[in-house]
Amino acid sequence: MTIHAEPTTSPATVTDCAVELRGVSKVYAGGVHALDAVSVDFPRGRLTSLLGPSGCGKTTLLKIIAGLLPATSGEVLVNGKSVRGPGPERAFVFQDFALMPWATVLANVAFGLHLRGVGKAECQDTARHYIAEVGLSGFDDKYPHELSGGMRQRVGLARALAVKADVLLMDEPFSAVDEQTRRKFQEDLLRLRAIENKTFVFVTHSIEEAVYVSDRIVLLSTRPGRVSQVIAPDIPRGDDVDAIRRHPVYLDTVDTIWRGLKRYLD
Amino acid sequence: MASLRRETGAESAADGLGLSRLIPFGAFAPRTALLDREPSALAAFVSHPLTLRVLSALAICLAWEGAARIPISFAFPTFSATMVALWSMIADLSLVHAFAITLQPLVVGLLISTVLGVAIGVAMGLSAWVQWLVSPVFIVAQAAPLAALIPLIIFAYGIGLTAKTLVVCIMAMPVIVLNSYVAVRHAPVSLLEMGRSFLGGHRQVITRIILPAASPVIFAGLRLGCAAAFVGAILAELLITPVGIGDLITYNRSIADYPKMYAAILSIVVVSVLFIELLEVIEVTVFRPEKRARA
Repeated sequence: MTIHAEPTTSPATVTDCAVELRGVSKVYAGGVHALDAVSVDFPRGRLTSLLGPSGCGKTTLLKIIAGLLPATSGEVLVNGKSVRGPGPERAFVFQDFALMPWATVLANVAFGLHLRGVGKAECQDTARHYIAEVGLSGFDDKYPHELSGGMRQRVGLARALAVKADVLLMDEPFSAVDEQTRRKFQEDLLRLRAIENKTFVFVTHSIEEAVYVSDRIVLLSTRPGRVSQVIAPDIPRGDDVDAIRRHPVYLDTVDTIWRGLKRYLD
Repeated sequence: MASLRRETGAESAADGLGLSRLIPFGAFAPRTALLDREPSALAAFVSHPLTLRVLSALAICLAWEGAARIPISFAFPTFSATMVALWSMIADLSLVHAFAITLQPLVVGLLISTVLGVAIGVAMGLSAWVQWLVSPVFIVAQAAPLAALIPLIIFAYGIGLTAKTLVVCIMAMPVIVLNSYVAVRHAPVSLLEMGRSFLGGHRQVITRIILPAASPVIFAGLRLGCAAAFVGAILAELLITPVGIGDLITYNRSIADYPKMYAAILSIVVVSVLFIELLEVIEVTVFRPEKRARA
């Protein structure tokens, strides 16, 4: 995959990493030590997964990158700039979709643009484009309760795409949908990654999912979360997405990660 | 919390009436498994919510008529006599004049309670500082027996409109405040994070996420507050000065004209129900359009 930054969004100091973490630690008010000196880079235009045992702080780390949670110590750099809060270069896809039940699909997708003060007509045009891109054409005027779980997450994805951020932060986006829908989503994500020149940070608890969709996998240890391993599975992602699950490297990587994680359970 | 427990009761009661959702033979008519297999026009008619509601009202009227004809008490008029009395009171305008008086403190008090109550409750939900400062007042006010406070109110404000409006406010405001507070505090965390991550400012998050998310529970509080305001208005007329509907009730009782007394009571019950239904219509049209889609 070729890496080319868009001229309008590229920062003055071009780095090859969209997101850099420098010794990020997080201790919650109650004294829970969630993250301990996490330093890891997220290369531009790649999909990097955060994977680890449950409670290892993957979601905490993602929310720190998003600027939703402050780090206790350490620094998060996005496009070379230190993060103080949420920014226009990052968009978030929520595990529970976080759709507004009182708003239509169109209004939900346009919400991010609307908050940025984009005019109504442009908001709606952009929103319609991304609704079509995630395969929900014709559902513009439906309300979230009229959609299936999978369709709701497509709305969440369209909302994140509509703001045209460089970095897409996805918090277990497929964990609340059924297995078959999830497989379809994973294939769609690979396609999306190929056409959208974005940096994806993808939190998941599924080893197979991480290996299937990721260029790089950051393995976190049990709490307090530390980077225990970074794996870059060398799986050819050609036209046949179904071939990936049968590829020897895919199977070996899943096995290696499982062996590594197993010691954290019990 | 007491307000929460009471709120669920009012919600189900309002759903049961559901006068605002009277759509005959809509797609949402509940069907039993048996009817699904063999749908017939008669079965659909009999099982329709509207038919059932009319039957329910008819059953109560018939039971009333029958019980009064036994008779169970000489002070218990028949349904038909009450209806005749109601019509005579509408025809000679005495009921209209009574409502013109009763609705003054009621509407003024309810408007003050709604505007101030929702504002205070939302402020409490948004700021811990306001919550600690203000919540004891309303928790005490909700628990206080109103009748015991009325002599104090008469000493301070006399027997005019001010005193009666104050009684309505004391009845209606606490439940509106406490429900608004709970509603704001329970706005979904992920929606708040969504608002922040998509760069919503503090004000935008409040107006575009917190208030719409809180509106169902705020409106549940308003429905309870509305019912409480009617209690307050009638109590004020019974305990402070006998005017309006309260006067119609006490006067007709004193001259033993029981059909008119029952007609006055029935009329205030009907108006109270209509007020609460109106609130639901406002909620669904203004704040929660998806509830219309759901129905």
